[in-house]
Amino acid sequence: MERNLLVAGFGGQGVMLLGKLLSNCACENTDKNVTFFPSYGAEQRGGTANCYVVISDDMIGAPVSDSMEDLIVMNEPSLRRFLGKLKPGGNLFVNSSIVHGSIEREDIHVVEVPVTEMALEMGNAKVLNLIMLGVYVGYTQILPPELLLETIEKKLGKKAQLIPLNKEAFRKGLEIGEKTRKQE
Amino acid sequence: MKRVFMKGCEAIAEAAIRSGCRFFAGYPITPQNEIPEYLARRMPEVGGNFVQGESEVASVNMVYGAAQTGTRAMTSSSSCGISLKSEGISFMASARIPMVYVNVSRGGPGIGSIQPSQQDYFQATKASGNGGFRMMVFAPATVQEAVDMTYAAFDYAQRDRNPVLILTDGVVGTMMEPVVLPPMRSEEEVRKLKEAHHKWAFVGHREDEERALILPGGWSGQEERCIRNAELYESWEKDIQVEEYLIEDAQVVITAFGISGRVSKSAVNLMRKEGYKVGLIRPKTVSPFPYDSFERLDYSRVKAILDVEMSIPAQLVYDVKLGVKDRALIATCLRSGGELITREAVIQAAKALF
Amino acid sequence: MEKVYKRTFGIRDDMVSGFCPGCMHGTIFKLIGEVIEELGIRERVANVQGVGCCGLAMEYVTYDVTTSPHGRACAVATGVKRANPETIVFTYQGDGDLASIGLAESMSAANRGENITVIFVNNGIYGMTGGQLAPTTLLGMKATTAPRGRDAKEHGYPMHMCEILNTLTAPVYLERTSCNNPKNVRRTKAAIKKAFQNQIDGKGFSLVEVVTSCPTNWGMDPLGALDFLEGKMLKEYPLGVIRDK
Repeated sequence: MERNLLVAGFGGQGVMLLGKLLSNCACENTDKNVTFFPSYGAEQRGGTANCYVVISDDMIGAPVSDSMEDLIVMNEPSLRRFLGKLKPGGNLFVNSSIVHGSIEREDIHVVEVPVTEMALEMGNAKVLNLIMLGVYVGYTQILPPELLLETIEKKLGKKAQLIPLNKEAFRKGLEIGEKTRKQE
Repeated sequence: MKRVFMKGCEAIAEAAIRSGCRFFAGYPITPQNEIPEYLARRMPEVGGNFVQGESEVASVNMVYGAAQTGTRAMTSSSSCGISLKSEGISFMASARIPMVYVNVSRGGPGIGSIQPSQQDYFQATKASGNGGFRMMVFAPATVQEAVDMTYAAFDYAQRDRNPVLILTDGVVGTMMEPVVLPPMRSEEEVRKLKEAHHKWAFVGHREDEERALILPGGWSGQEERCIRNAELYESWEKDIQVEEYLIEDAQVVITAFGISGRVSKSAVNLMRKEGYKVGLIRPKTVSPFPYDSFERLDYSRVKAILDVEMSIPAQLVYDVKLGVKDRALIATCLRSGGELITREAVIQAAKALF
Repeated sequence: MEKVYKRTFGIRDDMVSGFCPGCMHGTIFKLIGEVIEELGIRERVANVQGVGCCGLAMEYVTYDVTTSPHGRACAVATGVKRANPETIVFTYQGDGDLASIGLAESMSAANRGENITVIFVNNGIYGMTGGQLAPTTLLGMKATTAPRGRDAKEHGYPMHMCEILNTLTAPVYLERTSCNNPKNVRRTKAAIKKAFQNQIDGKGFSLVEVVTSCPTNWGMDPLGALDFLEGKMLKEYPLGVIRDK
């Protein structure tokens, strides 16, 4: 089984961190093959950012795929650019706070969560990525949530004062993801 | 053994440290910046030296100087930056100075693109500088291979007193993957490795010792040096590394190195599930090249070879032709300029050959 | 009989120099050999040779020598010194090497304050390749690639490396000397000794610029070249300590 995820958004939305936390967690807690590949551009700030995560039982060919099972879009341009690459039956996770365009596909699962607004309500706009990570994990059950909480603690160790907030953000997303899954 | 999740460039840098590398000089260029950045932090922890040179030219010459003291030394760059280093590399090949360098290659020619590419194949394997010298060139397909090859490269460099190249690309360099790191050589071991070079090393010698005279050429005797170097290159036959995958019954054999080799392998796996008799020859050393793998194929069965590379025009294909010797059709599946090869494209091209 | 003068250990007994008549490289290498002897650093000395006539000396001297690519001597010396701090490293470079093709390497090593010694030999012309224009060639002076003489409009002005280096903060010692008479030979030796002593003391970047003649490529006999050196070169490149900290 091979599972491809593409996370796409603006630079500064924490797209890379989302992918890194997920892939790190899979590396450290499973025997699966894992890759994380960041797209890199010439811009240091404000450009588009996306990263690919592949988690697989078999050897991983390309860490970058032209079609994927899961797609997280944090902004409108990413939706337009990548929607066509999502496999039929795949899962689309949308930051509905700023993505308003219509999703013209019937053959996919769509999970819309206003993560930007939720983050602002929590008092820190930056945690939108952790909320989305929670949504993704809750919905796909790709890894046990408690392992991700451990990874968050470990990887964000340098900013200890922010760990509770980030964990809280993850849990909020997780709840939504799990609920949506049950409702389907 | 514990897996750690590391970026290719950082894993290469750590492998170098563990192998005993204690000097690094480099100059910023994408997509290899994580190597110098990592070593700027890491070198002081092990009592080594990191220098950001004023250019690629200066950096490679700092490595030329450091390596002459017997210290395990490394530099890294990407494509157009590697071109600038060719002066120092040629000097080291001529003077027979051990060193390791890494090309995290990007699109070309010229400034090209900063995206991953495999367009430096000829430069790496045939002409990394003036004078027709050769080097061992390793082409890793995974972060683990990049680590293992870097670790071993210092030993090959020390054995041969010759530069060794790790030819990788922007995918392997920037991706993160689980990796098991090789053991850290002790300070005592590292010191001994350095002292093993003392006889010829450029460190000063007592009156009763023979002085060091480092000659990347000279007023006379250059032909003899070339002959000795050629003998070294001949001796590498035993060091060839290649992955031959499912070729025993294959009717179509894909050949590719580095990231393309890895993508091709997963294409082989998918095609095998559909019943296609397809295999892969993946050179892990692209110099010396595994011509013998192509020599040993049964051409009464093998209908075609598919050369897969991220270079237009193709380059690897010339070595493949030397191995195949017109005994089978050779087709190509290519991308270039920073565009990635996809599994789907490889599968489509391979199926067309059945 | 008491022996009052002998050849320095630094020059091989069995060698006859291939330098041209009137060339000062031989004198400078003799001085370097004497300084090494006097400082007792024979076992630790390593000489990074630039590319040019000076390269001939690698066969004449008795200590460790390496050949750097043209212009890169200061980068090579940086690597040697950092990797093996006990080694006393000095570069020996001509004006084409240090001030033209190697300008970036020279300036950057000086700016980093590398603990190395640089002997910079300025004769205003490319010697080994046959008299081409150097960054240090005087205005009006003919070169094979400036057959009508150096013209400021076309070639710019002579470069003063000591003064340029003096704009940097890190270098500790910059002096310009010559070997045109016994007094200046003694001053050159004292300067070279200081430049080595600074390295032994871990003080940082020291450079001695020795203004010399090149009778062959200047198209003069040795004495005529000495006159030109004194009358023209030393006017453009005044001798003295530029920095000593």
